Amino acid sequence: MKLDGKVPPGPLPEKWTKYRSSMPLVSPSNKMRLEIIVVGSGLAGAAAAASLGELGYSVKCFTFHDSPRRAHSIAAQGGINAAKNYFNDGDSVGRLFYDTIKGGDYRSREANVYRLAEVSNNIIDQAVAQGVPFAREYGGMLENRSFGGVQVSRTFYAKGQTGQQLLLGAYQALSRQIAKGTVKMYNRHEMLDIVTIEGKTRGIITRNLVTGEIERHAAHAVLLCTGGYGNVFYLSTNAMNCNVSAAWRAVRRGALMANPCFTQIHPTCIPQSGDYQSKLTLMSESLRNDGRVWVPGKKEDAKAIQEGRKTALDIPEGDRDYFLERRYPAFGNLVPRDVASRAAKVACDEGLGVSPTGLAVFLDFSDAFERYGRSTANIKGIHNPDAATILQLGQKVIEDKYGNLFEMYEKITGENPYKLPMKIYPAVHYTMGGVWVDYNLETNIPGLFVLGEANFSDHGANRLGASALMQGLADGYFVIPYTIGNFLSKDIKTPKISTDAPEFVKTAEEVQARLNMLMNIKGNQSAESFHRRLGKLMWEYCGMGRTAEGLAKGRPLVRALREEFYRDLYVPGTMNEFNPELEKAYRVADFLELGELLMIDAQNRNESCGGHFREEFQNDKGDAVRNDEEYAYVAAWEWMDTSKDPILHKEELTFEYAELKTRSYE
Amino acid sequence: MKLTLKIWRQKDAKSKGGFETYTVEASTHMSFLEMLDVLNESLIREKKEPVAFEHDCREGICGACSLVINGQPHGPWAKTTTCQLHMRQYKDGDTIVVEPYRAVAFPVLKDLVVDRSSFERIIQAGGFISVNTGQPQDANSIPIDLDTASKAFDAASCIGCGACVAACPNSSAMLFTSAKVAHLNMLPQGKVEAQQRVLNMVKQMDLEGFGRCSNITACEAECPKGISIENIARMNREYWAASLGSEKIA
Repeated sequence: MKLDGKVPPGPLPEKWTKYRSSMPLVSPSNKMRLEIIVVGSGLAGAAAAASLGELGYSVKCFTFHDSPRRAHSIAAQGGINAAKNYFNDGDSVGRLFYDTIKGGDYRSREANVYRLAEVSNNIIDQAVAQGVPFAREYGGMLENRSFGGVQVSRTFYAKGQTGQQLLLGAYQALSRQIAKGTVKMYNRHEMLDIVTIEGKTRGIITRNLVTGEIERHAAHAVLLCTGGYGNVFYLSTNAMNCNVSAAWRAVRRGALMANPCFTQIHPTCIPQSGDYQSKLTLMSESLRNDGRVWVPGKKEDAKAIQEGRKTALDIPEGDRDYFLERRYPAFGNLVPRDVASRAAKVACDEGLGVSPTGLAVFLDFSDAFERYGRSTANIKGIHNPDAATILQLGQKVIEDKYGNLFEMYEKITGENPYKLPMKIYPAVHYTMGGVWVDYNLETNIPGLFVLGEANFSDHGANRLGASALMQGLADGYFVIPYTIGNFLSKDIKTPKISTDAPEFVKTAEEVQARLNMLMNIKGNQSAESFHRRLGKLMWEYCGMGRTAEGLAKGRPLVRALREEFYRDLYVPGTMNEFNPELEKAYRVADFLELGELLMIDAQNRNESCGGHFREEFQNDKGDAVRNDEEYAYVAAWEWMDTSKDPILHKEELTFEYAELKTRSYE
Repeated sequence: MKLTLKIWRQKDAKSKGGFETYTVEASTHMSFLEMLDVLNESLIREKKEPVAFEHDCREGICGACSLVINGQPHGPWAKTTTCQLHMRQYKDGDTIVVEPYRAVAFPVLKDLVVDRSSFERIIQAGGFISVNTGQPQDANSIPIDLDTASKAFDAASCIGCGACVAACPNSSAMLFTSAKVAHLNMLPQGKVEAQQRVLNMVKQMDLEGFGRCSNITACEAECPKGISIENIARMNREYWAASLGSEKIA
């Protein structure tokens, strides 16, 4: 299969503008007759459904939640990037493009990234007009902060709840279209398969999660906006119900899974505390604006902290190792996530970790308290303030900036982060890999589009902070409303698709048969217990550091676990009722296949880049070593049958504007 | 620690429910929902039906989790969702009663899961600013003073969990509705449709069967996000201004 990215010709900065104004259009009267299914209602899905509804298409939107507002985009904390240059610090579309390409370790498609940077500014305008209450300055203008991997301030934010506010903006726009009748919303409906007729995706099979009914829904095109697959690791910062099933079902029908091994480990999460733990909680990257990361320089101090004989406060300044500042002076604590995560792992592997498990580093705000305290005292005209006043004033500033994060930390750990530094450790957070799409966000199956985290296109091997919200909304608001015209303009004569078509009947029967099979295993173990075990395998053999040897060991273990699953799964209850255990079962079944593919992809890629760190490929400082000669390609895998090895298709990446360089943050 | 749980079990919306008693072994490190996970895992091992409850992000922001724990929506911790409640609150031998939200407008679907789609329809009635994708002007062309922006943010931080309704003896949705009205009506962008918005949203709220507000303020006390009842006052003011002073009466 030849993969055509369909990147339009012309100079990079003009591609999107020219393409946009030369794309085929669909007239308003035809739009009404064309149906579009949107699966997922997070930032990408809600933005797409609302925008397509506004254009006059007939849209159906599906979510397994009880409301679109529950999508996991809601939990994004830190912010959203845009090249507004409101701070006069030299930002531009070109610079945002370059930072994102470099941050992604040169494994993304140039044209997509440039377009993302271009539309970033429109997103901010759109969100503000919707009433998204971004942080502001005294003069009423929008405030910005910095994120990892960049040297400008371009991140717009709403305290530590930026994702919530942006999602509510998109959700409200969607609600407006639901009220108008341009979008029909199906809450508590989960997509279990896609339906392809004459080579085009023409609908989906869903399960009504309340009644268990299997339903058929037809449309002229289908958009999957169903998020990432981080939960293949079981413990991650993803919500409990995040899953790969929609994307994976499409892959089982011939779509390609691209770069699945590009998974992002986020450096600042609350460390694991017990065996019953169900998820890990992120502490926003924005905290690294003001927090300094350190471990004790001496092993005996680390040991004393691990055993509870000392606290952070007992370690004098000279005995602390601010390892990010030491190793990466140019970016300091704001190096990209992959770099910060690995550095934390190295410190803990050396025995310098600070929690009882030895797997944590400090994130310390005491310098920020002092700095902000002094400047606030100046503003308030308090001369010669004492230490307590400075601390109090400084803590107030930090509270205003990150209050909800500090509260969350205290609730989970029982420790007050205003008094003792936070303890943090890397955790799985985001997946850069995803379904392969071309420049139009269309997969290799015509009529099937994939948006947001579910596709692979913009972040390469590592996503920069505050770029996920940007990409989800860019795809939904500003890309798909145009590019879908390419496909639909050829379909204006296609009548309404009937759900009585034999393809619908057959696919629905296959879905039903699959559910019957899962219900009828009647073994002894819960889906959750298999999921936990899969997560442990993934973390051990395909986590922060990967080796050819480990991956070779891990893959058969995943396969064996999958066999055990189909032998010994137990699903309580029945199919025709509200049954969360059945939902878990079919989602875990898909993770058990994706997990294997992730290891295959990681083994295939004999280089270290971004979030994919192969221990064999590093320099003497422990930084990633890429292999551009052999691996500057997108690995898109075809996997329709578990009995055969997946087939690798390559999309070569060409770089005309960004020069391929070793990524350095020193 | 060993705990006794009295949990509401109900097969579906049409069946009659009742309390069942369980014992569970929990550790202080667990979150409340992880404790329920452990219970469910043991029920599944015994081939019994696990307790259905809603949850998703488990970091207090998605609004999916609910539960009334010993009579309090989201349990005993102030400004905390059930998923963020941790078991160090409890001690060995405690008995915990767990119920679904009780409100006419939130029918029980199964066990501890309720249908909150009435909230969806309230938002659809007017909880938005009518701006199409691509229409807006530059974001900084509308300066908004810090105080207004931060008040709007506070109101907008509602997670739509419904604890306010469960806490209210009248099952009123005034806190939820007013938070959205306040968020949008306070901002210059939202002023254009302010009157129509408040009229439509209040009308829908009444249609859904939520009760009236009688200033008990339990909603504010139980709200996991600390949404202030000032928003209710604000909404009442907006509502009266819109219904008395305009031609927009719905």
